[in-house]
Amino acid sequence: MAELFTLPVLLGILYSGIRLATPYLYAAIGEMFAQNSGVLNLGVDGIMLMGAYTGFFVGMKTGSLWLGLLAAAVTGALMGLLMALVSVTLKAEQGISGIGLQLFGLGLSTLLFKLTMGSVESIKGFQPVKIPLLGDIPYLGEALFNHNLLVYGAFVLVPISSFILNKTTFGLKVRAVGQNPTAADSLGVSVDGVRYITVTLGGILAGIAGASLSIALINLFQENMTNGMGFIAVALVYFGSWRPSGVLLGSLIFSFVNAFQLWIQVKGIQLPSDLAVMMPYVLTILALVFAVRKQQPASLSKPFERGEM
Amino acid sequence: MTLKPEVKQVLNRTLEALLPLTAVPLAMIIGAAVLLAMNINPLTAFNALLKGAAGDVSGVTQTLVKATPLLLVGLGVVIAFRGGVINIGAEGQIIVGALATTALSVGFPDLPRGVLLPLALLAGTLAGAVWGGIPGILKARLGVNEILSTVMMNAIAVQLSNYLLRGPMIDPAEIEHGTRIAQSALLPRAVWLTKLVPRTLLHSGAILALVLAVLVYIFLWRTTIGYRIRAVGLNPDASRLAGINVPFYLAISLILGGAFAGLAGAVEVTGVQHRMMEGLSSGYGFSGIVAALFGKLHPLGAIPAAILFGGLLVGGNAMQRAVQVPSALIDAMLGLIVLFVVSADIWARYRARRRETSG
Repeated sequence: MAELFTLPVLLGILYSGIRLATPYLYAAIGEMFAQNSGVLNLGVDGIMLMGAYTGFFVGMKTGSLWLGLLAAAVTGALMGLLMALVSVTLKAEQGISGIGLQLFGLGLSTLLFKLTMGSVESIKGFQPVKIPLLGDIPYLGEALFNHNLLVYGAFVLVPISSFILNKTTFGLKVRAVGQNPTAADSLGVSVDGVRYITVTLGGILAGIAGASLSIALINLFQENMTNGMGFIAVALVYFGSWRPSGVLLGSLIFSFVNAFQLWIQVKGIQLPSDLAVMMPYVLTILALVFAVRKQQPASLSKPFERGEM
Repeated sequence: MTLKPEVKQVLNRTLEALLPLTAVPLAMIIGAAVLLAMNINPLTAFNALLKGAAGDVSGVTQTLVKATPLLLVGLGVVIAFRGGVINIGAEGQIIVGALATTALSVGFPDLPRGVLLPLALLAGTLAGAVWGGIPGILKARLGVNEILSTVMMNAIAVQLSNYLLRGPMIDPAEIEHGTRIAQSALLPRAVWLTKLVPRTLLHSGAILALVLAVLVYIFLWRTTIGYRIRAVGLNPDASRLAGINVPFYLAISLILGGAFAGLAGAVEVTGVQHRMMEGLSSGYGFSGIVAALFGKLHPLGAIPAAILFGGLLVGGNAMQRAVQVPSALIDAMLGLIVLFVVSADIWARYRARRRETSG
């Protein structure tokens, strides 16, 4: 364990911690919009898988990673629309419909993978782009400012989403619809309309989160490759008390624990390695315990019905 | 309308009961569309599916073998749902249940069957109850979202199983031969469940599941605890005012849900595999939720639903073997069925309200 406290190891963990935060950030920020408007989308993991598959497949077939990313975003939007239809218009129980969406995404991505590819192939994903000047800082430059564009995108998303949520009319509507849909409705805000937008936006970002795995971080697609990341992303929104900065903090804690866990595994330290793989999940449960006392959007997971008091 | 009100009510009720049934053909149509887009004849695929699930004695018995864990899991899900909590953790509860049953059976191979078998099943049930109890107590005491915590408990159970099956619980023969496949030793014959039909896999666990379905019905509708569980599920605020200890019943619902899934794991390991291995559950925890929903969250409704989905799983594997259509098609269809069934609820509610307002 003493090896941990050497500069190269610490910088390595810093580097991979930043990288690994990417899918969590995209997925959790998207989910944060949905939850702030009152919709709990538990199907994020299924959307991520569909995004990972389409991103990889289109990227591979066309040779353009950007087209792959676009395809993943479009697929995510469609899955988000499906969730919105089921949970907003048809007012289905959100805890269950999300699980349905997850099963659907898992099954369909596996089916399409087996029919169109059959075996795991790899792809040359998004390459690191060094940020001028910052990237030349000794030691830290390499760890912080030499990542691929999707990694930077995930971090840029945090202030952008914070601005949208707190400083724009749309953000105000989202929060109003989440806190008090009846009042928002009486002021002429379309509750269902806002929720359709946020859930679809959440879908787009979950699709991109999936693609970030398959064409920017791991650079391959395999069956159930998210391994429950989408569920962790949903939990991170609770942990981050429905605020972008909180989600950022949660994602970073998470990805650093993950990076640390991977390091233990690679080192092959036996006993901690077996326990280390459980750490992210144990940590999520602890995060949920700490999230309990925070104020959640009042109408979270409650479908809106006009005239119901 | 010339129909008598009673007749109309019966018709309405029947329509509501039948509505979810349309979910299966609807999911099949979408599945067929995907296959068509992939240049596969859906009729060939579905024909292979039907033949595999119900074509002969082997198919029918296999369907019932798969239906058994689905029914047990479904019963646990029904209790939890009726108590107002959502248990997504059955997959992990099955795994820890199977692990506990295996550990106990392998640890005391010389005990007589009359002692060892009940103890082994009990160990699995208790392990599942503990695995469901952790989210249950977190929910009751601290209000932790049980959907997310049960999902996390699934992941922890998988890792725990991987660790135990590669280390402390690995079959000594695997180490001897140097193959090191992650599976436990074979269970002593004393805990193997009795075969119902010779030369098939069908075992007495199926009967146990059926009996328990009836008992759960009696429990939920004929006992005080069952009544309180349902009261808390229907209206926690009113229950609290009526003096019911709401957190206690929330925890009990999740503990019982876990116990049934744990028993499903115990039955799977003593009835089918006769040893613990990776992938023992292969998604029963999730298919069981689908069966419970499809059975309208009624213990007796879960029986035909479990058989239907058991058939789909068996047929899906047969389809994969016979015409090389991946069985993942079935997973995708199960997901759609869940979406359809929960969406159909609104029509039932809408009709119910119209009934109320029209007197």
